[in-house]
Amino acid sequence: MKIMLNGQEKSFKAPLTVSALLQDMGLGERRVAVEVNREIVPRSRHGEFQLNENDRVEVVFAIGGGGMSREQGPHA
Amino acid sequence: MAVTAETIRSRTNDPLTIAGRTYSSRLLVGTGKYKDLEETRRAVEASGAQIITIAVRRTNIGQNPNEPSLLDTLPPSKYTYLPNTAGCYSAEDAVRTCRLARELLDGHELVKLEVLGSEKTLYPDIPQTLMAAETLIADGFKVMVYTNDDPIVARRFAEMGCVAVMPLAAPIGSGLGIRNPYNIRFIVEEATVPVLVDAGVGTASDAAIAMELGCDGVLMNTAIAAAQNPVLMAQAMRKAVEAGREAYLAGRMPRKQYGSPSSPLGGTFF
Repeated sequence: MKIMLNGQEKSFKAPLTVSALLQDMGLGERRVAVEVNREIVPRSRHGEFQLNENDRVEVVFAIGGGGMSREQGPHA
Repeated sequence: MAVTAETIRSRTNDPLTIAGRTYSSRLLVGTGKYKDLEETRRAVEASGAQIITIAVRRTNIGQNPNEPSLLDTLPPSKYTYLPNTAGCYSAEDAVRTCRLARELLDGHELVKLEVLGSEKTLYPDIPQTLMAAETLIADGFKVMVYTNDDPIVARRFAEMGCVAVMPLAAPIGSGLGIRNPYNIRFIVEEATVPVLVDAGVGTASDAAIAMELGCDGVLMNTAIAAAQNPVLMAQAMRKAVEAGREAYLAGRMPRKQYGSPSSPLGGTFF
């Protein structure tokens, strides 16, 4: 199954939940926010939310920032 | 606020109130552009800031789980996080960023909104910022809005429900200090919500001037992070904001065109 993950095409074995994806990314313990096809998937649903072929997934977290210049937006 | 005897007596209890919460520090700092997280932590601590801005960005694919995170270094239990929409050039991107930040921080709704219009000057795009503010306010966010120093625009943001208005001193990262103190004063004089100077502060005197103009606070990032000694500059900024605030509350002497002697004229022996 191919999904678009943070702007890159990636292949995974289906079925794939958001939780499983985060584990695979090494983010199991991290505080992140997840958006699938422009809709936020709340943390409470990560374990049950199934990803589908061609889903566009964004996984974001908090980093240091002030008036950062010339940076891509999180969803560029 | 009016300078009265009451004001002077209570100046040691002079909190900043934003969206119903009070803070003793009037200096807000960004967490970007530092050498590493440890320097970030030391500078933020030296600044005495209680509100810190953070950015929301994609995780790297193949994250190192052992790498320390911003949340570990500067915990949200100790600081009020102010997610910003840095790098957003459209209202849509800014709104998405705020919604993701809210999810990231368990429903936290205080955000700093900035929508830029130029990669060169990093000047705010006011029409897009107005649109984003309207959407975010309707969605329950408490918006501290980064804007230019146009007093009518500042009034508009306050009227629509922003919890703070944050006019720039000068372009982001420019360190040029307050370019138009007269406009900042106009904004302060008719403000109905806190006014914080945000962007363009370069050194301690700039921060003091902002406070002397009557601003409620100052937000800065580059001024500290890009100093030769960021931790020392953070300390200087802390003092500058306090000094500027006290000078404002003290009510400065009037400016005069000519000299006026401080010593008595009578009793001279020459």
